[in-house]
Amino acid sequence: MINRRDFLKNTVKGIAGITLSLSAIEIIDPQKIFADKTDKSKVRWVFLVDTYKCVGCGFCVKACKQENEIPYDANVTRTWVERYVITKDGKFFADTPKGARDGFITGKIDLGQGKFQDIKKEDIDKAFFVPKLCNQCENPPCVQVCPVGATYQAPDGVVLVDRKWCIGCGYCIMGCPYGVRFFHPVYHTAEKCNFCYHRITKGLKTACVQACPFGARQIGNIKDPNDPVTKIIMTERVGILKEEYGTKPQVYYIGLDKEVK
Amino acid sequence: MKNHVYRPLIVVLCLIGLILIARIFYVPKDFGVHERGYMYGWYREGNTEDWTKVAVKYQGEDYCKGCHPDKYDSIMKTPHAIIQCENCHGPAIEHPSNPQKLAIDKSRAQCLRCHASLPYPTSGRAKIRGIDPEKHNPDIECVMCHNPHKPSLEGLK
Ligand code: HEC
Ligand code: HEC
Ligand code: HEC
Ligand code: HEC
Repeated sequence: MINRRDFLKNTVKGIAGITLSLSAIEIIDPQKIFADKTDKSKVRWVFLVDTYKCVGCGFCVKACKQENEIPYDANVTRTWVERYVITKDGKFFADTPKGARDGFITGKIDLGQGKFQDIKKEDIDKAFFVPKLCNQCENPPCVQVCPVGATYQAPDGVVLVDRKWCIGCGYCIMGCPYGVRFFHPVYHTAEKCNFCYHRITKGLKTACVQACPFGARQIGNIKDPNDPVTKIIMTERVGILKEEYGTKPQVYYIGLDKEVK
Repeated sequence: MKNHVYRPLIVVLCLIGLILIARIFYVPKDFGVHERGYMYGWYREGNTEDWTKVAVKYQGEDYCKGCHPDKYDSIMKTPHAIIQCENCHGPAIEHPSNPQKLAIDKSRAQCLRCHASLPYPTSGRAKIRGIDPEKHNPDIECVMCHNPHKPSLEGLK
């Protein structure tokens, strides 16, 4: 049988324990969770790529790697350029040697494992370049899967990674349908294009946009109706990648082809 | 309650208490649910600020204009005006204090990024005058014959 003394002791301990734990757990206000998700910020960064203009020089990749301190010779990059060649007999080739850091200086397609494919000029039906980068999705799956709140969408739409908070589990890398994430070779945390956040917040263009000699890359604010990029997205025919995933990517492409995934 | 149940229970409760106390100190005040709600906006707000502090390395051609006016004025009159100086010379960072000099890359590869002939219709590449790197004066640096800041073909033939 429990005596009165023990009963009181236990009650005090129990209450102390419960209050202590409650004070430590952040009480999440449901109103906050279901808060009005239409954010009030006046900026929503978007990107526009014109694949007709891209010549595959790769200066964007070179600039991105140096601006964002991605080890130059490591085979990872925040942005890259893909080459697509479709031949008259319906075959289709795609490559991106070193992410096109050094551009495309030969017509041979890099098939990997040291194999190259030569394609004759007469056989080419269409051939073009497609720059790729993070889509800064409106519904980013990479953010949903992060167990620790290390990756998130900033109020201006850019998806960022908190290097201090990231535990390196790699779920986000698996979760991204566009394959834009990788581990940073130095910090060993998830890494991705963030539209050169340090530049756009200072009123500069991203490093890749500035480096592109042909205007194939542009960045803009979709909430500003007078922004030239917004005007193009609103009035011209633009495409997005993997629309069926419902991620609402915010990198728009002019001249996409069905082969481009 | 019996002792063998009671004692481990206390230990466990204490541990949980300790962890929760540690959590108070470990989790920063600005960590929590922000604008985009729990699904997309659960983060440490200070991190957004951290990202804005990364150093800018590519300064743009206007930065070079004042100190290298000869190069600037020369290239601006040519079709190479569209190419940023730093594309060929590397990021300025704090040049001329750090680094004192920028790289001068005379490699053929630098020019072949655009001029290696690739017959790609539906791509801007087809519109640039291309050469076949294996036939056009192989093994000699392009800049031996062409001035990158004034790539005129006049007087070359
Ligand atoms: C504040 C003046 C200043 C600015 C701005 C500046 N430079 Fe320079 N640059 C210098 C000086 C001075 C030297 C010469 C250093 C020496 O010879 O010791 C130099 C050297 C160079 C060299 C190497 C020349 C050689 O003979 O080795 C290159 C290339 C160069 N600058 C490119 C650039 C580019 C590209 C930019 C713009 C992004 C730029 N500079 C901006 C002052 C400047
Ligand atoms: C297409 C690539 C390219 C671009 C664009 C370019 N340069 Fe150069 N630059 C070169 C090369 C290659 C050399 C070496 C030329 C040589 O040795 O004949 C050079 C040399 C130089 C030198 C030092 C050598 C000298 O002759 O005094 C300076 C300074 C320089 N460039 C500045 C600039 C500036 C400033 C710009 C932008 C307005 C610029 N460059 C744009 C490729 C380029
Ligand atoms: C970013 C792409 C790019 C790079 C890199 C580049 N060029 Fe050009 N170059 C062009 C374009 C665009 C033109 C103008 C279109 C044309 O006439 O082909 C041009 C024109 C030329 C011309 C013909 C000039 C004329 O008056 O018709 C020569 C020669 C030339 N470049 C040499 C070079 C050399 C040498 C280098 C390396 C130092 C170089 N280019 C690097 C894009 C580039
Ligand atoms: C030995 C000198 C020499 C070297 C080295 C050289 N060129 Fe030329 N290049 C010429 C001459 C001369 C012409 C003009 C006559 C011609 O069309 O062949 C020319 C023409 C060109 C043209 C214009 C072609 C056209 O169809 O109008 C381009 C582009 C060009 N060169 C780029 C390069 C590039 C890129 C390199 C380096 C990979 C290079 N050249 C190396 C001498 C040279």
